[in-house]
Amino acid sequence: MTAIDAAVGLGRRSLTRGRRPPRLGLVLAAGVLLLIILIAVVPGLFTDRSPTGTASVDALRGPSGTHWFGTDQLGRDVFTRVAHGAGRSLRLGVGATVLGVLGGAVLGLAAALGGRAADTVLMRLADVLLALPPLLLALLAMTVLGNGAWNLTLAVAISTVPGYARMVRAEALVVRRSGYVEAAVGLGLRRWLLVARHILPNTLGPLLVLATVGFGTTLIAASSLSFLGFGAEPPTPEWGLMLSEGRNYLSTAWWIGVFPGAAIAVTVITVNVVGRHAQARYTRRTSR
Amino acid sequence: MSDPSGAPAPATLAPAAPVSVSTAVPAALPADGPSAAVRPPVPAGDPLLVVEGLSVTFDARSARPVRAVRDVSFTLRRGECLAIVGESGSGKSVTARTLVGLTGGRATVSARRLGFDGQDLTRLREASWRRIRGRHIGLVLQDALVSLDPLRTAGAEIAEALRTHRVVDRAEVRPRVLSLLTDVGVPEPAQRAAQYPHQLSGGLRQRALIASALAAGPELLVADEPTTALDVTVQAQVLDLLRGLAADGMSVLLISHDLAVVAGLADQVAVMYGGLVVEQGPTAAVLADPRHPYTQALLAAVPAMHAKGTRLSITPVDRPPATAGCPYAARCPRSDERCRAELPPLAGDEPGHRTLCWHPGPPPPTAAVSATVTAAPAAGVGRTDRVTGAGPLVEVAAIHKRFRSPDGSWRHAVQDVSFELFAGETLGVVGESGSGKTTVARIVLGMQAPDSGTVRFAGAPWSGLPERRRRALRPRIQAVYQDPLGSFDPRFTTEKIIGEALGSAGVRRGQQRRDRVVDLLERVGLAPGLLRRRPLELSGGQRQRVAIARALATEPELLVCDEPVSALDVSVQAQILDLLAGLQHDLGVAMLFISHDLGVIHHISDRLVVMKDGRVVETGPVGQVFAQPAQEYTRALLAAVPRPALT
Repeated sequence: MTAIDAAVGLGRRSLTRGRRPPRLGLVLAAGVLLLIILIAVVPGLFTDRSPTGTASVDALRGPSGTHWFGTDQLGRDVFTRVAHGAGRSLRLGVGATVLGVLGGAVLGLAAALGGRAADTVLMRLADVLLALPPLLLALLAMTVLGNGAWNLTLAVAISTVPGYARMVRAEALVVRRSGYVEAAVGLGLRRWLLVARHILPNTLGPLLVLATVGFGTTLIAASSLSFLGFGAEPPTPEWGLMLSEGRNYLSTAWWIGVFPGAAIAVTVITVNVVGRHAQARYTRRTSR
Repeated sequence: MSDPSGAPAPATLAPAAPVSVSTAVPAALPADGPSAAVRPPVPAGDPLLVVEGLSVTFDARSARPVRAVRDVSFTLRRGECLAIVGESGSGKSVTARTLVGLTGGRATVSARRLGFDGQDLTRLREASWRRIRGRHIGLVLQDALVSLDPLRTAGAEIAEALRTHRVVDRAEVRPRVLSLLTDVGVPEPAQRAAQYPHQLSGGLRQRALIASALAAGPELLVADEPTTALDVTVQAQVLDLLRGLAADGMSVLLISHDLAVVAGLADQVAVMYGGLVVEQGPTAAVLADPRHPYTQALLAAVPAMHAKGTRLSITPVDRPPATAGCPYAARCPRSDERCRAELPPLAGDEPGHRTLCWHPGPPPPTAAVSATVTAAPAAGVGRTDRVTGAGPLVEVAAIHKRFRSPDGSWRHAVQDVSFELFAGETLGVVGESGSGKTTVARIVLGMQAPDSGTVRFAGAPWSGLPERRRRALRPRIQAVYQDPLGSFDPRFTTEKIIGEALGSAGVRRGQQRRDRVVDLLERVGLAPGLLRRRPLELSGGQRQRVAIARALATEPELLVCDEPVSALDVSVQAQILDLLAGLQHDLGVAMLFISHDLGVIHHISDRLVVMKDGRVVETGPVGQVFAQPAQEYTRALLAAVPRPALT
């Protein structure tokens, strides 16, 4: 046997890279995001008021020590409502994103691997749907499906499916023609193993990262539909709905609309920062 | 590189047009300084470029500074050619880039002296560099397709160099472009000047690039791997061109990893390793009497110079890398404590031939033996079991394959190709780019179906089988690709990559499979420590070894190797070729070995198929084809191979 490869030491070089301390912005974003998630899961930890309890004496008070975000026209504490609305709003965003990614993955893989006919039909359908603005598409779906939180999630999901389907298809086509899939074919792997072991993971890896970035858009779309009156009914604390309720008071009591809006913005920004970091890490790890 | 537009292909075999640059250049020099007077045509005169103690460090202030070039000194006289030779990471390209001021912001350059034509280059600012770069020092890079702007014609590229340095009047730009193209041997210069890089063949692109480097009439041409991406016949033309330029009084600094290319061109050679010049001197002296063990290893690694069955690589010694002493100590068979502790001086008894080594001189007898015949006992003997086998292992009969070009026409990639491959032998397929050799490999692998004709494997139909039935047979034919990284799932570790192949051969998951993976790694000369590494964390040589281990996992009867060593450094290439030869000797696996490199093919093959434009031009035993080529094309191909002329 020849001696062990003399170049054994060489490979180490690449192991040592990318071990810098994480950036401050990232740490901050991750911290805020964790806080938002905690608020969404157990809002009672942060406020002991009721999100729907009215007190007309306290109506339209500005932000203060007792009411951090002020009170609305019915005297409800805006902070409490934002905190209690977090769960519902995040569920909408996450639910719609997950459904959209799932639908996109199934349709995209079917187009990429299902033969020419399936590809043509699915992609032309996607073309048609992509011609409409996503929000309009969601509105259309909403009118067909009818009101309600579940239908809202579904409608937003549907509006994102064509985009994800395109991305999955493109990714799957690249992976299908890659050297490693050919090498696996050369080993005599069965088709389903090929898909399960190589094509699926290498297609979905980048997709999941993209989805975290896409979550922001989804959350905004869901909030927009709520704002327009689809989805949750008035007394329910939900960010989009609260924004809509605050609209009439913007000139006199800005805090009613601004704080739920800020909650949406902060959530979207932090998720994007964390998502982009994950994306960069993923590309660094798997591509040359 | 194929030529999709169908532009007329250059007559690749025609001898390069006579080069006469000097006639065109002197008139172009306006007197803008004492040094820019009419260049004397007398070669080998006073020193043009003097480099003393050049060091380049990247990220000098970081925790891990990279000392890319350390204390390099040389002198290049007018009309002389100096070659810097070394493997990737040796610092040869960084040295070249320093001389044109292109090291980049992360680099710290220091030198005791860096003089060009009486000017001190160390003091130059970017603005002054721009006046020198192109005007007095021309730069030619490796890949002309990348170095030329895809949106501009070749003529525009050359004209830009003329305009930037205001070499000629506006009205004279076009005639000068055409005369420059003529000078570098481009046929039909008027038509070529109007074409875009993608419409030109590799050789013409490289000539256009050289023409643009020559446009302003520089005194020094820095050529960084100018022929590496080119086919062998085209390479010969470009080398002829450079030789003609040097003969006409141009100074050339040639950067190359290929000693054979350097041999026919350079007057002086500097061999670099780990940022240091380890040996330098007149070309003839260094090649005929190499003193440094690394130079000796490099020369031994050139496959064209060694017959089949001899080892190319010197058994590497496994020692931890030295930090203070000689950088080669970790690989050097002669290294001792002194080598690892202290850096030797660059010294030598002969004038001009100096070596950076504590133990210079010809290889000691033991090392000499291991470098030649003993280690792989004549691999060609007694393995072609044509007697025992009932018939050939692979029969390729009259296969055709054509592809649709982007413009809608059909391109015939493979036409009427037939050959047989017997168990245990190596059949080399050689040809230039676009000759169809990779398509043949893919058809034999069963990755592509021929349009007509058949491939039979082990006496049974192969090419016509439906995938469902072929699947079970696939483990018997395995492939080693040029780009191993692309052939690995990026998420997989070495263990999973080889384990998957074992799985398809029926080895169950668990301890047994793990042990087999370790066995296979050892078989290809890798330590089990690499099990958990991902492909990106392996070196180029290690990746190709893992790819070979995976191919061997299914115990195949045939290995299809498609350019398996062409992306590797010479010394790593030597190790991989030795590995393949040894494996074939031990396991009796047959190989279909595709390469554009005649030296590699000559070294590894028993029989040879020469392809050109999709057809088989010549076939026969390697010794016979190389000694008495029957076809004109084969003769031209062989004549074009650069050989170190050891006189």
